[in-house]
Amino acid sequence: MKKTIAAGVVAALLSGVAPASAATQIDFWHAFTGRLAELLDEQVAKFNASQSEYTVVATAKGNYSEALNAGIAAFRAGQQPDILQVFEVGTATMMAAKGAVKPVYEVMKESGLPFDQSAYLAAVAGYYTTTDGQMLSLPYNSSTPVLYVNKDALKAAGLDPEMDLSTWEQVGTALDALKESGSKCPLTTAWQSWIQLENLSAYHNVPFASQENGFAGLDTELEFNGPVQTKHIETLGQWAKDGKFIYSGRRNEGGAPFRAGECALFTESSAGYAGVKKEATFDFAIRPLPYWSDVEGAPQNTIIGGASLWVMEGQTPEEYKGVAAFFNFLSSAEIQAKWHQDTGYLPITMAAYEATKASGFYDENPGTDIAIIQMTGKAPTPNSKGIRLGNFDQVRGVIDEELEGVWNGSKSAKDALDTAVTRGNELLRRFEQASR
Amino acid sequence: MEKRVVFNNRWLPYLLVAPQLLVTLVFFFWPAGQAIYQSAFIPDPFGLSTRFVGFGNFEYLFGNRYYRESFLTTAVFSVLVTVSSMSLALWLAVLADRVIKGSGAYRTLLIWPYAVAPAIAGVLWLFMFNPFTGIIAWMLGQMGYTWNHTLDGGQAMALVVAASAWKQISYNFLFFLAGLQAIPKSVIEAAAIDGASFWRRFWTIVFPLLSPTTFFLLVVNVIYAFFDTFGVIHTITKGGPEQSTTILVYKVFSDGFVGQDLGSSAAQSVVLLVLVTILTVVQFRFIERRVHY
Repeated sequence: MKKTIAAGVVAALLSGVAPASAATQIDFWHAFTGRLAELLDEQVAKFNASQSEYTVVATAKGNYSEALNAGIAAFRAGQQPDILQVFEVGTATMMAAKGAVKPVYEVMKESGLPFDQSAYLAAVAGYYTTTDGQMLSLPYNSSTPVLYVNKDALKAAGLDPEMDLSTWEQVGTALDALKESGSKCPLTTAWQSWIQLENLSAYHNVPFASQENGFAGLDTELEFNGPVQTKHIETLGQWAKDGKFIYSGRRNEGGAPFRAGECALFTESSAGYAGVKKEATFDFAIRPLPYWSDVEGAPQNTIIGGASLWVMEGQTPEEYKGVAAFFNFLSSAEIQAKWHQDTGYLPITMAAYEATKASGFYDENPGTDIAIIQMTGKAPTPNSKGIRLGNFDQVRGVIDEELEGVWNGSKSAKDALDTAVTRGNELLRRFEQASR
Repeated sequence: MEKRVVFNNRWLPYLLVAPQLLVTLVFFFWPAGQAIYQSAFIPDPFGLSTRFVGFGNFEYLFGNRYYRESFLTTAVFSVLVTVSSMSLALWLAVLADRVIKGSGAYRTLLIWPYAVAPAIAGVLWLFMFNPFTGIIAWMLGQMGYTWNHTLDGGQAMALVVAASAWKQISYNFLFFLAGLQAIPKSVIEAAAIDGASFWRRFWTIVFPLLSPTTFFLLVVNVIYAFFDTFGVIHTITKGGPEQSTTILVYKVFSDGFVGQDLGSSAAQSVVLLVLVTILTVVQFRFIERRVHY
């Protein structure tokens, strides 16, 4: 607490001093709250203290959807910030908005500052890069789903807390034992569409949508009603019926019961690490996301979620220079390594990963390198590079709705996925129409 | 006998209503006109380009089974919110009207929830009913009833109705209480002397004399349920599970402000506008006849 106050005072002093030195102001709108917002403010304060030419002013604009919305409304009113944090789901929207965003490679080139795209993790940067390899937005906070295990709960169910849980078959066996021993919540998940469909598809090297999951064109169609996905959702549906899989909501509502020790297994973003570490009073472990052992080529690699930083069009050259300097600062190994260690987000550069490894962090905090190994273990295929779809937020809404039908038993997995594909395709066609 | 006030100056009446007209023009007709105009286009979110599609947005909407189904959801939701918030408010107002000691404190407490914003009301109810951590969900569990509104459509509907109605009870309470206090005591006392019971007095004297207030509140509550409740839905259920709490105005909000599909969102607001206009006309033509002023 004392530290927080001190940081706050420093930040206040810095922002109070800034106008007097007539530094160029860089507006940065983000979607972080709580601990993440504190860590971001810390980075900004550090940057502002490191030089006197620019002052970055970070402003929280609500959740991801709200921040994107605020950025769009501000652009329409001619009041846009210099930097806008946009979640991965909004990537296609931002890419289609030529004239509203200034590509990062351009900003960096014009600034004359050193910028080496190959220093960034390919699996992360690929998400925000054009097909001809130009970086459009700066990767900032990227995560990938992993399995969190409550070891005490496994022990209580008479299981070996170190047991192998790398396949869904093994998870199934563990769930039987957990249920048997009276666990009220053997398994729950956060972000069902992202983890149980999008990542499931990439991890088993099957397409989520045609046209390389949307990377190759806007005329993409959803394809997540294939046999692998149907089998997976069917199994989860059966587990839900048996009380082994507990649905907790569309976002990460499952985090609270897991951290309170009520749930034994929890699939959630690697960025959930900070919260679990802080609150869990039980012995926990991080494991790779499970896969189906009968699918050939699995496990491939998982894909990212999170957000990147977009530069908005219509600012002065001086401000763009400041943005470039700030981006360089954010990408530095020291800042990235700290960010990665504090939050559980992936380090966005190889150098930050190496630095973290060298510091012995992974040995002290076992499991924290699983996300990065899982992401980079194999070279990505067209099915596992990522997903880039228009109206993706709404497509996810449709998937959420249909999956809820499976969890409450009113729909079969096949039926729900087929309907979600049909409804989602309508949304994709609409986006195609709007962006033509 | 109709009462008539005659103005001598031709322009004075117009001048007197001008401020209200101006407010209506700026805050209603202008945005409504904008919505109608935009409903014929598919714009990109940033307003960089738009495509004229005529009635395309409406065709897209009505060709969608889920959109058509949300009319029924909206009807159920609005009726439940209006009926429950008005009947509870009337009951509370009748009780509060009879309180002699400390009536100010009672009234203040009953009016309090009106100051709470819809989204906050939603969060408050969510805290109590959260399937994992909510106190009421826990108590229901102790009594052997499983509460999980994230999967049970009926429970989800009950929860959003409760949160929306709770907020509106205060508003209705205020008007009912004022209405009750305007009823001449002599009429009620005369009936009491004739030996009419409390409920008889209520149904034959009080309720008919309250009818203008009730009618006004009916119109206001229907409009509230149709337009002002997306904050509650957004914070509690996001329209789910499946589409069991996706009411029309929530779709306008989520397609427009979350999904950035402004063309469809504009078309939906036009549909909603027409719907509420029809409802209001119906209310005035058919229900107002039974109102005694």
